[in-house]
Amino acid sequence: MKHIFSRNRHLVQRIGFTGITLMAILTVTPIIATVIYILIQGVPAISIEFLTGFPHDGMRAGGILPAIVGTLYLTLGTAVFSVPLGIAAAIYLSEYAADTTLTRTIRIAIINLAGIPSVVYGLFGLGLFVLFLKFGTSILAASLTLSIMTLPVIISTAEESLRSVPQGFRTVSISLGATRWQTIRRIVLKEALPGILTGVILGLERAAGETAPILFTGAAFFLPRLPHSPFDATMALPYHLFVISTQVPEMPIKIQYGTALVLLAFVLTMNLIATIIRSRARAKRQW
Amino acid sequence: MEKSLNWREFIITRLIKASGYSAILFVALIFFFLVREGVPAFAEVELKSLFNIRWYPIEEYFGILPLITGSLIVTIGATFIAVPFGIGTAVYISEIAPRWMREILKPLVELLGGLPSVVLGFLGILVLSPFIRVFLDLPTGLTALTGSILLGGIAVPTVVSVAEDALDAVPRAYREGAWALGATRWQTIWRVTLPAAKSGVLTGVMLGIGRAIGETMTVMMVTGNAPVLALKLASIISPVRTMTATIAAEMGEVANGSTHYHVLFFIGIVLFLISLGVNIAASSVVFRAKKRAERILS
Repeated sequence: MKHIFSRNRHLVQRIGFTGITLMAILTVTPIIATVIYILIQGVPAISIEFLTGFPHDGMRAGGILPAIVGTLYLTLGTAVFSVPLGIAAAIYLSEYAADTTLTRTIRIAIINLAGIPSVVYGLFGLGLFVLFLKFGTSILAASLTLSIMTLPVIISTAEESLRSVPQGFRTVSISLGATRWQTIRRIVLKEALPGILTGVILGLERAAGETAPILFTGAAFFLPRLPHSPFDATMALPYHLFVISTQVPEMPIKIQYGTALVLLAFVLTMNLIATIIRSRARAKRQW
Repeated sequence: MEKSLNWREFIITRLIKASGYSAILFVALIFFFLVREGVPAFAEVELKSLFNIRWYPIEEYFGILPLITGSLIVTIGATFIAVPFGIGTAVYISEIAPRWMREILKPLVELLGGLPSVVLGFLGILVLSPFIRVFLDLPTGLTALTGSILLGGIAVPTVVSVAEDALDAVPRAYREGAWALGATRWQTIWRVTLPAAKSGVLTGVMLGIGRAIGETMTVMMVTGNAPVLALKLASIISPVRTMTATIAAEMGEVANGSTHYHVLFFIGIVLFLISLGVNIAASSVVFRAKKRAERILS
């Protein structure tokens, strides 16, 4: 009580607010600085040859095409497995599951999948896909590993989005004689689509930037050609950046920043698309 | 027509259910494969030497204590950064910032969560570690401290988003009650809103710490990778090596099925169990808080 009536409480408030604001500024400034710095340092390295050429001279010259293409393949491969599975799981949780022990176990499992360290996913992928199922270090094995890692992000955002569709929509549809699945597919999924899409893109953004899970499941140090099949290993932007910034001596700094910029651009574009979809959907929403 | 529709509905429902259960299957599969490849380590290395202070796999020294202390010190350092900055930013976004500022800050913090850790590690090598080396006058800038700072940044978005959700969920009536009693906004935040959101904020902190323990690439790139026991305070400004970095750095070079290979999987089991513990603890805090709220409200 003493504090509530103390005279300098407005001074305390001012100091407190200033402190908190300062903390927020100190948190956000490095993020903006990081992006701008890489932009400034990386832009001079970008050229058509850099984006469409193969690396040569021990990666100290040339372009990064195989790494760009590899990252595209891995991201698409991840989407192929994790998007249908993740959305289906979200539909189960939001539309079918009752609050039982089993459902709670599923939720705990999802939370745990989200928390497992990325390098442990790498070990798992190596044990199951590369060695046990004999896929070898390949795009397939790496995509599957990334898919399972991405799954919890997709499931939880999609579920949230499905749940935000008002119950009345379902009741009306079912009372008009539609089956449960028809209701879900034509009404609920349609309404929840922007939210689901946002989650999917954010999940894939994570997968595109990850290095640890693909270290032993599909990433190649250097590959002088593009991968031909899902059973080929591939170069990838994040792993390539790791390689040229730690493993290759006397690496030109320009190429390093250029590679970082391309990776960042890849990730930022996905992030931007997700943000736009989300804010558009919010503006359009009529319920 | 009617009949085929029913069949389709039946199959689709089954598929959806199976997908729902898949998360359990995956956790089980991950654990199974870690155990399958990791448990043979016990047969090949004595328990006593496994928990020893020397990690030097080339000469068959597989003591994982330096790696555990390395992970610990880096994680503690990251916690010191992520907790105040994460909670501070969450409070700012949910309680102080004007609406337009919120709309800018939230996606920005989310962006930090999406920045590839390898990019942060890359900048850590080129920008942060030279700065730390010069600033603290050290022989090398690749230290536990460098890792902690970057790791703190990586954990911040998790803390912010969970803590902010929790703060947002505090009923407006609580704040209005405090204002009506004459409390300033600051007093309300400090004595009403934050305590009311305590369990959610705590969950955010735990999940952030969990993220820090599991982070791999950044840590491997900037902590110097020296597997020495990090027990003193001074260890924070010397090179260390974490469990995650050890797996990432060494798994590529070991022969499948060798002792070294099994021990690396064993470290994976340790990491898996830590993250399991953190996550179960974090979610049980939320469940308990929910139950308490239900009791009070009913």
